[in-house]
Amino acid sequence: MKPEPLQPPKFSSFQHRTLAERNRINNWFRYFCVFVASMSVVVLVVLLGSILFRGTSALSWRFLTSNASQDVAQAGIFNAMVGSMLLCLACGAIALPVGVASAVFIEEYKPKNRTLRVFHGWFQLLIANLAGVPSVVYGLLGLIVFVKMFGLFGSLQDPNFEFGVSYSYQILTPEKRALFLPVKEFAEKAPKPEEGMKVRTASGEEVVLHVIGRSEKLPADAPNELRQRTVKANAKFGPYTAKSWYYISLPLGKSVLSGAFTLMLVILPVIIISSQESIRAVPKSLREGAYGLGCTTWQVVRNVTLPAAIPGIMTGAILSMSRAMGEAAPILVVSGAAYVTMLPQNLMDDYTIMPLQIFQWADHHQPGFYDLAASGIIVLLVVLLVFNGVAVYIRQRSQKSLG
Amino acid sequence: MSDQVGASILQTVRRKSTAAAFRAEIFVRTMLVGSVSFSVFVTLAIVILLVRETVAFFQFEEVSLGDFLFGLKWSPMMGSQKHFGIWPLVSGTFVVSVVAMVIAIPLGLVTAIYLSEYASPKVRAILKPALEILAGIPTVVYGLFALTFITPILRSMHEGFNPQNLMAAGIAVGILCLPTVSSLCEDALRAVPRSLREAAYGLGGTKFDVSVRVVLPAALSGIISAFLLAIARAVGETMIVALAAGNVARLTVDPRNSAYTMTGYITQMAKGDVSNFGIEYSSMFAVGAALFAITLLLTFIGQLIRKYFRESYE
Repeated sequence: MKPEPLQPPKFSSFQHRTLAERNRINNWFRYFCVFVASMSVVVLVVLLGSILFRGTSALSWRFLTSNASQDVAQAGIFNAMVGSMLLCLACGAIALPVGVASAVFIEEYKPKNRTLRVFHGWFQLLIANLAGVPSVVYGLLGLIVFVKMFGLFGSLQDPNFEFGVSYSYQILTPEKRALFLPVKEFAEKAPKPEEGMKVRTASGEEVVLHVIGRSEKLPADAPNELRQRTVKANAKFGPYTAKSWYYISLPLGKSVLSGAFTLMLVILPVIIISSQESIRAVPKSLREGAYGLGCTTWQVVRNVTLPAAIPGIMTGAILSMSRAMGEAAPILVVSGAAYVTMLPQNLMDDYTIMPLQIFQWADHHQPGFYDLAASGIIVLLVVLLVFNGVAVYIRQRSQKSLG
Repeated sequence: MSDQVGASILQTVRRKSTAAAFRAEIFVRTMLVGSVSFSVFVTLAIVILLVRETVAFFQFEEVSLGDFLFGLKWSPMMGSQKHFGIWPLVSGTFVVSVVAMVIAIPLGLVTAIYLSEYASPKVRAILKPALEILAGIPTVVYGLFALTFITPILRSMHEGFNPQNLMAAGIAVGILCLPTVSSLCEDALRAVPRSLREAAYGLGGTKFDVSVRVVLPAALSGIISAFLLAIARAVGETMIVALAAGNVARLTVDPRNSAYTMTGYITQMAKGDVSNFGIEYSSMFAVGAALFAITLLLTFIGQLIRKYFRESYE
């Protein structure tokens, strides 16, 4: 739109005000502004004050180091804290490279061709729109794509692909030592103990099973080796699943990994936009100098643009990680509201994160749980404060002029 | 001495043949295109999957499109008497957003004018961080604040408020949107060239005349797009309404009532143990699709306004 030419002043009541009157209006407006603007500070103080007032009573070392529990007096935030860290690490490891790469492409690889240029403009619009999508919608997306994987790999209860897990039947000797019968898959009915079966001891040694009658006893002088592999005929095999720390299964299910992927979708546009801004802030003259020396685009990006933009990109990355740390809605959708009281043992395990745990406590609608939620918030805010402090520190340290 | 400098430069810049540099160029370009296509892919996936699940929702006997778009009753759990009219959910979202905007828009705009035109650097140094902190606080914190602070105050002032009500949720969402409005509006106000202000001062305008009669109209497109983005944010806000707005589907415009919003319904379904293929599960996606459509429309219009109605003074 073209700027309109300056219109001659219309004679409205506005023009008839005396200078004194207009100064009075100005002063009045200034006070009004100060009042309104200070409201935000007041609100912030009241918000933090009310949380601190509620939360400090339940805050203790025990709260920090114990896991969640249904009992108000026992509950702590440790497992949620570990879950949050794990989720943020996994999510950042995926989102940062993809986000920065996208930003570099949009900013540095602008095509010369006109039609491609239009497409390029669309990327920009697309990413701005992605940033405006409510996070709960990403949760719904994550539910289909990551948690269930379109049902391509079987149901959640019976995943088709598994790695890092071993199934076996375990049986107890009369001396309560466990013996394991490794199997590929659990059958409908557990096998019965038979003489000569090959089983493993807890230390992984292969032994041959020896079965004795229900009321029989081994002679007192039986060697230890025989004792170790003897079971009674009425002893039963029970299913036993051992998952290693690198256990992976598809579909991902309600696992740390599916949560991390979902969260990645949420913060990807944020990372792209902030990286774009810091890349754009690198002065054009630097790039042109490098191009003038005959660099290819990638050489310019690698040796000139990225080194100059990296502090800004880091700051943006940390801030977006702190956003990820506070995000609860998409995780609530992908993980359901299981009340998890244990640490996650592997990336496929149930987990909870701090904001979700706080939500669950607050959702009990009881004063004791409100206090717990407030204590949880204090911990969460302290963690976020550390994140932001690091970001500010990086920004301060690397503020040198490139102009 | 100069030899040393030369050697260090040779060390840092790896020498490569031009052909190798071009090969690297092509490789990197492919990788970067891959990353960008990921975002495109995500967008397409959102649209396609939401549409697919919504279509699946309308395949159920109990649901019809007319009922969904115009029905005034939402009762997905009522056994044989299921009704799926989206208006009760929309009304909840509407009330919360209106309350939020009544708070966020005037406060945010005035704060932005103050920050951009009046405030001294000292005041800015206090105000800007306060707003940034407000913007960085996780939404679940506002949810607890609405429940344990705003609601008791509202109830002590007037008995008609439910323990969970749209008003408290709306106020909290408004506080949440306040920094968004003020920082986007401030950006728009600051983008107005200095020459306009100086001309207005030269004509004898007071600061009020300049900021309200000259700068504000000049920045109007940016300000309106900021409002639209804030509305989109309020519509999509989830944790606050999940905690403070209540969980009953009710067609109401009375902010004292408790009612579902669209996002509140989605969390309630995700939280509960709905079967993975039932109609309740599918309804979650239909509501999600409606929510996505509304917010996308708002963001998109906001961007169009900012792009095409911007007054350029260069």
